[in-house]
Amino acid sequence: MIVEIGHYALVLALALALVQSVVPIWGAVKGDERAMALAGPISVGQFLFVAVSFAALTYAHVVSDFSVVNVFENSHSTKPMIYKVSGVWGNHEGSMLLWVSILALFGALVAFFGRNLPQTLRANVLGVQAWVAVAFYLFVLLTSNPFARFGQPPMEGRDLNPLLQDVGLAIHPPLLYLGYVGFSIAFSFAAAALIEGRIDAAWARWVRPWTLTAWVFLTLGIAMGSYWAYYELGWGGWWFWDPVENASLMPWLAGTALLHSAIVMEKRDGLKIWTILLAILAFSLSLLGTFLVRSGVLTSVHAFATDPARGVFILGILVLFVGGSLTLFAARAATLTKGGLFAPVSREGALVFNNLFLTAGTATVFVGTLYPLMLEATTGGKISVGAPFFDMTFGPLMVPLLIALPMGPFLAWKRGDILAVVQRLAAVMVLSVVAVLVTWILKGHDILPALGVGLATWLMLGSLAEILWRIKLFTEPGVSLRRAVGLPRSAWGTFLGHFGVGVMLLGIVAEGAWKIEHVLVMKPGDHIRVERFDVAFERAVPNSGPNWDEVIARFKVTDGTSNPPIVMEPSKRTYRTRSMPTTETAIETYGLFSQLYLAIGEAQGEGVAMRIYWKPLVLLIWIGTLIMSIGGVVSLTDRRLRVGAPTPHRAASAAAMPAAAE
Amino acid sequence: MLIWALFAGMTIIAVSIVLVPALRRRRGESASVEAGEVAVYRDQLAEIDRDVEAGLVGTVEADAARAEISRRILRAGRHVDATRAASGGSRLVPILAAVLVPIIAVGLYARLGHPTMPDMPLEARKTAAPAGNSLEELVAKVEAHLAANPNDTRGWEVLAPTYMHLGRFDLAAAAWRNAIRTGGPTDRRYNELGRTLVAGGDDQVSPEARAAFEKSLEIEPNGILPRFFLAVALSQDGKKAEAVAAWKDIVGRGKGDEPWLADAREELARAEADLAGRPFEPPAPAPAAPSAPAAPSTAAPGPSASDVEAAAKMSPEERAKMIETMVDRLRDRLWTSGGPLDDWLRLIRFQTMIGQTDAAGQSLDKARAAFAGDAAALARLDALAGAKP
Repeated sequence: MIVEIGHYALVLALALALVQSVVPIWGAVKGDERAMALAGPISVGQFLFVAVSFAALTYAHVVSDFSVVNVFENSHSTKPMIYKVSGVWGNHEGSMLLWVSILALFGALVAFFGRNLPQTLRANVLGVQAWVAVAFYLFVLLTSNPFARFGQPPMEGRDLNPLLQDVGLAIHPPLLYLGYVGFSIAFSFAAAALIEGRIDAAWARWVRPWTLTAWVFLTLGIAMGSYWAYYELGWGGWWFWDPVENASLMPWLAGTALLHSAIVMEKRDGLKIWTILLAILAFSLSLLGTFLVRSGVLTSVHAFATDPARGVFILGILVLFVGGSLTLFAARAATLTKGGLFAPVSREGALVFNNLFLTAGTATVFVGTLYPLMLEATTGGKISVGAPFFDMTFGPLMVPLLIALPMGPFLAWKRGDILAVVQRLAAVMVLSVVAVLVTWILKGHDILPALGVGLATWLMLGSLAEILWRIKLFTEPGVSLRRAVGLPRSAWGTFLGHFGVGVMLLGIVAEGAWKIEHVLVMKPGDHIRVERFDVAFERAVPNSGPNWDEVIARFKVTDGTSNPPIVMEPSKRTYRTRSMPTTETAIETYGLFSQLYLAIGEAQGEGVAMRIYWKPLVLLIWIGTLIMSIGGVVSLTDRRLRVGAPTPHRAASAAAMPAAAE
Repeated sequence: MLIWALFAGMTIIAVSIVLVPALRRRRGESASVEAGEVAVYRDQLAEIDRDVEAGLVGTVEADAARAEISRRILRAGRHVDATRAASGGSRLVPILAAVLVPIIAVGLYARLGHPTMPDMPLEARKTAAPAGNSLEELVAKVEAHLAANPNDTRGWEVLAPTYMHLGRFDLAAAAWRNAIRTGGPTDRRYNELGRTLVAGGDDQVSPEARAAFEKSLEIEPNGILPRFFLAVALSQDGKKAEAVAAWKDIVGRGKGDEPWLADAREELARAEADLAGRPFEPPAPAPAAPSAPAAPSTAAPGPSASDVEAAAKMSPEERAKMIETMVDRLRDRLWTSGGPLDDWLRLIRFQTMIGQTDAAGQSLDKARAAFAGDAAALARLDALAGAKP
């Protein structure tokens, strides 16, 4: 009964979304207040029904109700509870239900926080949001229904793919979807602005927090996915330029550009066309990512062609929304009023530079991801575009962007003074050059990694210098503390975001240039020296868990000092139901950021194939992204960004700006 | 019936979400575009003061920016006259929409849903009365019992043959291993384990199976069944002389009235023929016809025994190839010189079975042409054609 309640709730949500997609927009056109006023309550109601639906599916998974096909195909009664729950979105149907649930959640939040949005804008935004929702409800109900049932249910399920039975992958999809779907809000605002034919600074102010929220979640989601690939797949890599990864990177790049564009629009009433276009692009790329991952087109173009129902449906959604919004953009963009003028060397100019490079970066990833698919679909030829392509295209594009990054925040709006900026950053430049030289001398006269370390230093110290300069630490240390408190939180957010990029780059450079890798067959009793560690294979121990059996290889590791040896236990698991092996790596962190990494491969005679890696500073990659996300959150808490704060604007701005009130 | 009440309740909620705000009296107050815009510009003016304070912009630039923003405020103000405030509105559209909601929802759900199907949580199904339960459900119950009491030897011994019956040889072998682990080694348990391994390994006596039979012999040195399998294993490995010796030993252990003796003699003859390199002539169907329960399946008597054994020794690919050659031979004969109806039917069935559907269609056409005047034959051909997918 609960399952069927969930199914009916989903159908009701579709019916409500249909009303929401037509009536409020009709009202906005006709100036009918009653019709426009429907948008808010319906989007909240829509969310409630989807939430019921999602809860019902979760219930079916928790109690192992194998009369639900989705549960049978992706669950097993012996699976630990956390994976019974995460199994809800660990499969196609369930993850699409999560997608629409998050879409409805964002719609409800806009309705709730946007109560003092201009009436027509609110009606149009929620109307456009409902178009997206209708398309995806239909997709879920007609091609990927998670509530399909069996008349004669089997007694046991097929279990979730063992690779997905992992904490990292339990939280990765929700984070990623919060990011993907969050951009739908920016998209809806952009489409609404185009429909109304007007866009202003207020618009950007409402859009920015939503974009920022989506960006934070997407950043965390990508980082989580990357860390999962690192420790679970057992290959020691953290980014594979795999189409699934690229699918999430593209909206992130576009979203990052959008975030910066929206600042210009909010503060300077400029870059309107850029902002609208980027909002459309960010969400279109999110849809593309969903299409790539969910249509099965990546597994095999041919498999997709033989069972095309789902793929064609998503492709239809993609064409409808991307094509529709771009057409709308082409027709209406010219009618938007132009923003203020600015000199090439100015904060606006720097942000245009940023947009250009991020967009170009997105385009290279786009080509590298889709070209092989196109080729396979048209000629049948299979090629793989991997790291070398992206290293040669995406890498060089990012270098000028990163060099320019610390200078941007120093530039004044409208017209900046590049010489003054260079003066303020002179000390940082000197320190960065020193970092290059020191690295070059200490690390074997290798110039590329040395330059990488220099760039990372430039980024970290440059963003630090900016915040120190703002609080006048070097010129008037007496007032620094007071100024630090008075500084808008978005300034701290900028600092953290940019600093995080430097930290991440340092991790990438160190891991890439100085990792040590040993692949060998080891027997019990063997030992090997890796960097300063002595890794000794003691013995193999069998063990079993709730739904798997494993062989643990017990290693004793001494680090060349008097520290007591530590035990590392990588293992090879076999999940009983699918008889599928997975690698459980053993990872030990040294000196805060560096890791020793052990993974078992296949058994080879009496021994076992081992992959042993030393990964210097590898954790900085994810710590950097974490710092970036924290920057986003800090910026989000800036009061000036709150949408529709109920207090009168005069009081709100006074409370938010003590510095100005003095 | 509760479910219908809940459906009705949900529908009423959905309809009221659409209706209530539409029927409520409008308060006539709503944020206009301009108010929001002006608020932003005022904040910006304040921010300029702060930027001046922070030294980000000089006073001259600040004045320019203030002038710019003031111009924008004026422009936003002009919009107030241009756009008329929306007010009121018709009730017709929301009411129409509210009517559509249940129609859409019920219509779609009627096509997709299973309103009468109850939830079936696994726990509840396991504790349900066993009457009418399928074999799978019984197995699941025993499995659950054994998961909780893994040392219940009797449970494993009950479960193992059931797994065999379901064709889950790997699980059956694991169950026997568990029975040996918990109940201690006995010759019977090792024999069963060995038989399971042989059945699961395409009737090949794997080293694992051999080990099981050898263990059984250690416990009961007079066992016959393990000797049967070990002898088969010797022939399988090409140790022909040793196989003959092993079969002689088995035959020598018989007193003369054992049910397995006939099979053992036949196997001995076969092994001797094999050793001498001459074709084995199977004896006429043995008087003690039904094969002994202890006899291995590969020793089943019958004219085709050698063929079957030859096929059993082949790899799956070789076997498929052999069948294909046989079918092709039959096809060549029938297509060129024709033959009786039964041969045609056999050919079509075989071709369909091994995936030569096109050829099967051609054979069907040729057969129809050959028996054009024979209504009974055509009817059988049609029945076969109809049965084909």
